[in-house]
Amino acid sequence: MTTAPPPEPALSPNDRSAIIRDGIAVGVATGVYGLSFGAISVAAGLTVLQTCALSILAFTGATQFALVGVVASGGAPMSGMVTGLLLGTRNTLYGLRVAPLLDWRGWRRAAAAHFLIDETTAMSVNRATRAAARIGFLSTGLAVFALWNLATLAGAIAGESLGDPRIYGLDAAVAGAFLALAWPRLKSRRNQLVAVLAVALALSLVPVTAAGVPVLAAAVIALLMGLVPDSSDTDEIRADELPAAERSDGGERG
Amino acid sequence: MWLAIVLTAGGCYLLKLAGLSVPIAVLERPVVQRIADLLPVALLTALIGVQVFASGSQLVVDARLAGLAAATVALLLRAPFIVVVFVAAATAAVVRLL
Repeated sequence: MTTAPPPEPALSPNDRSAIIRDGIAVGVATGVYGLSFGAISVAAGLTVLQTCALSILAFTGATQFALVGVVASGGAPMSGMVTGLLLGTRNTLYGLRVAPLLDWRGWRRAAAAHFLIDETTAMSVNRATRAAARIGFLSTGLAVFALWNLATLAGAIAGESLGDPRIYGLDAAVAGAFLALAWPRLKSRRNQLVAVLAVALALSLVPVTAAGVPVLAAAVIALLMGLVPDSSDTDEIRADELPAAERSDGGERG
Repeated sequence: MWLAIVLTAGGCYLLKLAGLSVPIAVLERPVVQRIADLLPVALLTALIGVQVFASGSQLVVDARLAGLAAATVALLLRAPFIVVVFVAAATAAVVRLL
């Protein structure tokens, strides 16, 4: 993250295609997830058209799953919407993180906003230069958008004939994907502590709150831990604590 | 249903745009920096926990945990993203067959 960017070396064609390949790989993985979303959404009672509209227009997986999950369990569509929007606030926070990296203005920013999701954030925050971050964001965003929507359509049409998505381990695939996305961020002690506390809090809330609330509540952990000043911390986690302008490596990903 | 879909989509877009549009001055504050760094960690790991252990409003241990363990091994072996996801799914599917 650089607020006053130093001169950046041009991105080599090799680096460029490596980043694009990664973006496409993430898109393919998300496609598997989209297949299960399409099937689950139709099973929840949405039409194929409604299911596809969600993937095209809302385009944020956890929110979509939350909405159809509430409807599937008999909840009102509007309460599903509120749960979904609570999960959608995650993207606002991702925006805080990537805005100075990408530094897009005007219509580019308005267009980029639609692609601001877990995957594009993960694939751009770890880049050393702005050019690399932008390519990471765009290649991942376009690949995920294309494959997420194609897979949603395929999953919705296959619908119940696909049977239980758990037979294919698709539910575990979702967890595996989230773990792979979080992995590069789990190197410092501080982040590991946040992760443990976040999981503990979320799981303790699962039995007593509506779907979606446990994950959102975990944000409180980040807020509280973020308020703790750095002075007592060791060098080990300095890379996470440097002010934006000083951080040049951006190396969260291994 | 359609109203909920449209409101969800519109709301999600505005939430995303707001994140990209917060003034830079706000972002330069160290507290905001730290919180913005930690939020994806907290939310992604909480999502993992819920995806693996929650079944409705109950906590259960099932094949999903085996899938997550396999994904962890794959990540320790520096496997690429797609392999990690595939290993998680395949492991859970096989465990369910047993």
